[in-house]
Amino acid sequence: MNEQTELNWLVRPTTIKLLWRVGFGMLALLVLADFIIHPHAAFGIDGSFGFYSWYGLLTCLAMIFFSKFLALFLKRKDTYYDD
Amino acid sequence: MTISAFPPGILLVLGGLVLPFVAPKVRATIVLVLPLIVLWSIWQIGDGVQLAVPFLDYELAVVKGDALSRLFATVFAIMAFAGGLYALNQKQVSELAAAFVYAGSAIGVAFAGDLITVFVFWEIMALGSTMVIWAARTPESYKASMRYLMIHLLGGILLMVGIVAHVADTGSVAFQAMTPHSFGTWLMLAGFLINAGAPPLTAWLPDAYPEASFSGTVFLSAFTTKTAVYVLIRGFPGAEILIYIGVYMIFYGIIYALLENDARRILSYSIINQVGFMITGIGIGGEMALNGAAAHAFTHIIYKGLLLMSAGSVLYMTGGKRKCTDLGGLFQSMPLTCVCGIIGALAISSFPLTSGFISKSMIAQAASDQQMFFLWMCLAAASAGVFLHAGIKFPWFVFFQKDSGLRPKDPPWNMKAAMIFFAFLCIALGVAPGPLYDILPFSTSYEPYTVPHVVNQLQLLLFAGLSFFLALPLMKRTLTISLDWDWFYRRLGEWLVRFLVRGIVEMRRDILATLSSLLESFIRTTFRSHGPDGIMARTNAVGPSVAVIVIMLTLFMLVFYIGV
Repeated sequence: MNEQTELNWLVRPTTIKLLWRVGFGMLALLVLADFIIHPHAAFGIDGSFGFYSWYGLLTCLAMIFFSKFLALFLKRKDTYYDD
Repeated sequence: MTISAFPPGILLVLGGLVLPFVAPKVRATIVLVLPLIVLWSIWQIGDGVQLAVPFLDYELAVVKGDALSRLFATVFAIMAFAGGLYALNQKQVSELAAAFVYAGSAIGVAFAGDLITVFVFWEIMALGSTMVIWAARTPESYKASMRYLMIHLLGGILLMVGIVAHVADTGSVAFQAMTPHSFGTWLMLAGFLINAGAPPLTAWLPDAYPEASFSGTVFLSAFTTKTAVYVLIRGFPGAEILIYIGVYMIFYGIIYALLENDARRILSYSIINQVGFMITGIGIGGEMALNGAAAHAFTHIIYKGLLLMSAGSVLYMTGGKRKCTDLGGLFQSMPLTCVCGIIGALAISSFPLTSGFISKSMIAQAASDQQMFFLWMCLAAASAGVFLHAGIKFPWFVFFQKDSGLRPKDPPWNMKAAMIFFAFLCIALGVAPGPLYDILPFSTSYEPYTVPHVVNQLQLLLFAGLSFFLALPLMKRTLTISLDWDWFYRRLGEWLVRFLVRGIVEMRRDILATLSSLLESFIRTTFRSHGPDGIMARTNAVGPSVAVIVIMLTLFMLVFYIGV
């Protein structure tokens, strides 16, 4: 195991904080990019402001929650099929 | 017969069959050179029937070329080459031999111009792939391979009965576009779909593939499902039912992969998810969608091969670890495996500048062109979901997450070379899609790189990424599996058989008990009359006997006298 002092630069708390900031910065810039681009919307809603951003976020959260809901019924120990 | 007419698939099959009998040096040469010769010969095959063989009353078109055939055969040959390179240090020679037979028969299906040839190669594929799983030589892989074989033999039977019924209906063995409208065509469609991993028989894939060896799973991921995609593109383009089946597969793959702990099972569920995109494209029909399905199969084989090579390297270098709960932090000691895994993950997620971006977007474009609003919304959500379940989840839990304390090194040179080759292809196809677009079944002027398309795709994917990290506590891995359709034949089936067996045992016991009590009462009755104390066993004195005989004689004489 690595000692605290030899932590790889990528997993140091300062780097992780920096990564979160850069990440949120990129997300903000991407949302704002909707002011500049002019998509040829096929359905209307796909051309509305921020559509791909909120749709990606919400559908993914929905899929995660739905999978956790299904897990209530379908989850078993991974030795379930072992005889 | 010229060399160009010799079936390239059979060449690869024959090569696989000689592998176990040659010296290791020669074997390595065959493994690396033969797929390239096959690739060359694939491109010598022109359009139309190149090799016809009479069989019974029919003329079999064993080799029939067109753009679609060459496209699939090309990627199968590339996969055989890269997989062979990756598996050079695999000690089980039988695995490589089986893998080449498997790959060769997949190429055979791609060039089959008639249904009988399709069926023959289809069955060789089932045997070859079973042997690949078997080569892992573990009790688990043996059991999984038998379950796998059962499902594929069932699929083979459906296909055969379907072909026979179809030939009886139409009198033709030609393999061409059909619609599911008759008994024969429905059965053929079902047989094809079983190999695609369609519901309800989805579970064979995540059940069997991860049980193969580190290199075996790489081969398995490429051929069976994509051959099914090929035959569906050729046989059932635009069959509407495929849209529903495809959408089910897309979301099934995401949901089950989200719950899964085993890294190679995550990637197996993700195969079903990706094949779902292709099946949906086939169901939409039309040039754009079919091109998209074909292009996506091509790019998918490469990036899924890359992802499984990355997972296989971890498995190989850690001595068999493949559960997320055991892994983590490997980026420090396996930098190349990690980077290649991430490139594969970006490609499967359709990030701009990767191969997935230029193929999958054609399917969504087709849905949009045909004003299928609901389907388009599903595909957009699913694209985000792919990044969630494969694009982030796989690299995160294997290479980052927590520090597992494991410090395995990057794998041997051949495995690294194979990963670098595929990582290069993932990016090259993404940066310059032209060469791939040129060999698609229909000519296309599709332009994936427009500013809105790139920006919108990045928005969708990065916000999907945000949701992963927001919900990270929910994603914590546990030592669990999720029940699937295979529960019905692995548990319910077992219980039914036990119940029936117990019924039969009880019935047998009852019958025996009844018989023996009948026999006993018969013996008892007989004993009463014929036993030592029975009336028939009594000993009588001479006097009374003589008296009885005298009386009998007297009676006889009287009767005789009266009678006369």
